[in-house]
Amino acid sequence: MTGTALLFLVLGLGLVGWIVGRARAAAFVRAAKGGPRGQVNSLPSYHGWFVAVCAVVPAVIFMFIWQSVSPALVTNMVLSAPAASGLPQDGFARAAILSEARSIAMGLQSTAFQTQSEKLVPLYKDALSYYQMLGLAGTLLLLFAGGAFAFTRLKPDFRARNKVERLVMLGLLLASLIAIITTIGIFASLIFESWRFFSMVSPFEFLFGTNWNPKSVITPGADNGYGAIPLFWGTIFIGAIIAMLVAIPLGLMSAIFLTQYASSNVRKWMKPILEILAGVPTVVYGYFAALTVAPAIRDFAVMLGVSNAASDNALAAGIVMGVMIIPLVSSMSDDSIAAVPNAMRDGSLAMGATKSETIKQVLLPAALPGVVGGILLAVSRAIGETMIVVMAAGYTANLSANPFDTITTVTVQIVALLTGDQDFGSPHTLAAFALGLALFVTTFFLNYVALRVVKRYREAYE
Amino acid sequence: MNNAVPNPTPTDWNGQIMQKRIASRYAAERRFKAMGFMAVALSTLFLAFLLFTMLGQGLRGFQRTEVAVDFDFPALTSGASAASISGANADASLNSMDIPGVVDLAISQQYGDQGATLLTSAAAANVRQMLADNPNLITGKQRLWLPAESRIDIAYKRSGEANAEKTVAALADKEALRTGFNWTFLTGADATDPSAVGIWAAFKGSLMTMAITLLLAFPIGVFAALYLEEYASKNKLTDMIEVSINNLAAVPSIIFGLLGLAVFLTLFGMPRSSALVGGLTLALMTMPVIVIAGRNAVKSVPPSIREAALGIGASPVQVVFHHVLPLALPGILTGTIIGMARALGETAPLLMIGMRAFIPSAPQGFTDAATALPVQIYLWSDEVNQGFVEKTSAAIIILLIFLLGMNALAIYLRNRFETRW
Repeated sequence: MTGTALLFLVLGLGLVGWIVGRARAAAFVRAAKGGPRGQVNSLPSYHGWFVAVCAVVPAVIFMFIWQSVSPALVTNMVLSAPAASGLPQDGFARAAILSEARSIAMGLQSTAFQTQSEKLVPLYKDALSYYQMLGLAGTLLLLFAGGAFAFTRLKPDFRARNKVERLVMLGLLLASLIAIITTIGIFASLIFESWRFFSMVSPFEFLFGTNWNPKSVITPGADNGYGAIPLFWGTIFIGAIIAMLVAIPLGLMSAIFLTQYASSNVRKWMKPILEILAGVPTVVYGYFAALTVAPAIRDFAVMLGVSNAASDNALAAGIVMGVMIIPLVSSMSDDSIAAVPNAMRDGSLAMGATKSETIKQVLLPAALPGVVGGILLAVSRAIGETMIVVMAAGYTANLSANPFDTITTVTVQIVALLTGDQDFGSPHTLAAFALGLALFVTTFFLNYVALRVVKRYREAYE
Repeated sequence: MNNAVPNPTPTDWNGQIMQKRIASRYAAERRFKAMGFMAVALSTLFLAFLLFTMLGQGLRGFQRTEVAVDFDFPALTSGASAASISGANADASLNSMDIPGVVDLAISQQYGDQGATLLTSAAAANVRQMLADNPNLITGKQRLWLPAESRIDIAYKRSGEANAEKTVAALADKEALRTGFNWTFLTGADATDPSAVGIWAAFKGSLMTMAITLLLAFPIGVFAALYLEEYASKNKLTDMIEVSINNLAAVPSIIFGLLGLAVFLTLFGMPRSSALVGGLTLALMTMPVIVIAGRNAVKSVPPSIREAALGIGASPVQVVFHHVLPLALPGILTGTIIGMARALGETAPLLMIGMRAFIPSAPQGFTDAATALPVQIYLWSDEVNQGFVEKTSAAIIILLIFLLGMNALAIYLRNRFETRW
């Protein structure tokens, strides 16, 4: 029986538990009729929920634990059989044979490529069905035990609602804890893998080296090509310079035009259109940048006389990324301009200033912290952006400020390092985690500062 | 007093200097307004250009060029009868008929040696399907229209290689070419031959991934939002939860991919490139979006409703689940749809967990190797073969239709059900 089917069986039995518990409580209510009011403490459905939760929750927890533990138990059982004694001692060959026998036994593979694995197939089949039966029995046992325990607790004065509500509160708390667990998970996995990386390559080389040409075999003390400075520069150049040169003027001016000049009809139509720009998936932008924008820019550069313009130039990726960011800058500026008290605007207009003078000399200075916060968020978004640069920017690390050159970024290299068929512990894979850590720390810092700036500014006018 | 220094700023409104000054200020005003208009217009133009390019290239991807091939079935199959390929063992007898050989023979009889290069690799499967649908075809001579090979396809639709152009001209003279709707593109899976690819496998992978994401992110996100807004007391733990959620909402998506790789694949040993792991990873990414939207929706429910419910004896849990949650649900759903649309368009984290494999058939279960629509777009965009360009754009059109549809639904829901108190 597959895991999904078992899960549905458990849930179905939980439903049965709910019906039984509810029926039992309904009987209490009928018995109490005519007697003094309030004899039954909780509504019948709470009794039902109590039985269902007591039956299902332990069983499901056991199921998940069993799912993760049983493969190891199965392998142990197979290895302890006499037929497995002839297996090679070498760990890799052994694992290959075992996994092949396992997939044949599970019906994922039909023929064996290794002779030894064929012998193990019946053993695996036995072990698998043995542990599956054990898991099924354990799950059902827990289910019925939990259900029966809950059922015996049901009495007219049993406080089923309080019990159920306490469980609901526990569930709500656990759901909110998932956010913390995820953050810790991200941080821990990045730190742990980066630690392994830095035990091979010195952090000094990684942070200050200018040569990025990662070798898969590390020679201690020598230059292994893990100097990430060109990547950091590329990320800043594309994400924080070129993209912002596009996004800040266009986003800010769009926000000003839509909030201060446009009629409400224009605004009603233009705002959703700008929001569509934010809703287009990045892979589409990447494809557009690589297929249409980049060749056009290369031709333009050649026309200007830049003969070595690359087809995967930094400018195309940066411009398209800037367009992607426009809605973010625009909506953040929109919010902060709207938050400036009307009295300031009216005062300036009343003194005879034109609209543009009011905007430039009163509204923008007053809204500046919010706009800066928005720009910081936009930068953090741009440097973490992956698909546009993977598809449109290059893979060669290049410490150059020429926008027609091919320049690579941190995210491009993470993808490049992880898409080969490397083993998880290889320096390439681990280097991707070190780059990920650098990216995570930078964006975390930017977001933190941005939110602080925006928050403090909002308080100033409230 | 009468010999005072002339005022440096003119005050005579009708004076020439003042008029000039006013004119220049008004000109600056007009320039500024024009700049604002230009900014909006440029953004809109870019969007229009992008959509127009995708449509222009992609619509061709839904069409295919078909070549007429004459089959003399009685001679080719040594007189198989309609009865033998229908009924219970139709599959077995069709399998034993060597249809690829039959197609090769038929086309080389008609077009000579180069005939075999005219058809796509899926042509034999098409013939098999036609025979299965209509067994009577096998009793006579038939002219069947079969999908052409990619180079012919390109040359017929626009201009291609010189050789292919020549072939196309020759075929067109014989009226042996026509354009048909490419059903394979909607029902098929990835292939090495661009004229035989389809997006169904990737689309199904996306649907399965989204199902897992929704199943996990929605309840967890709603519960977390309810806890933080309604029950959490102000303490260190609550602060930490809030900081985590705000931070997770802004973490680059590729970092979630690294988390999925390190935790789900390496630590837990879950099946690589499966919809299950993809869904889990995207659920972690979508959950903060739903929490933030959910908190705003819950916050906007007025306190009077809670107080009224409490006043007639509801418990705190009943207040929230019977009154606050139903009223906040439209807002929560809007946020959920927007979060799901973002997850549907996400590529980078899925690349990290290996959903970039070549998937020649649709996944059957949540642990099968799968790919997703945006990843498929990325993979096709990397292909050298020119035939993939229109297929990539066609896949993008389908992805955009779904994303814009979801966003439109979110806006509709917001306008239709949002209550302002």
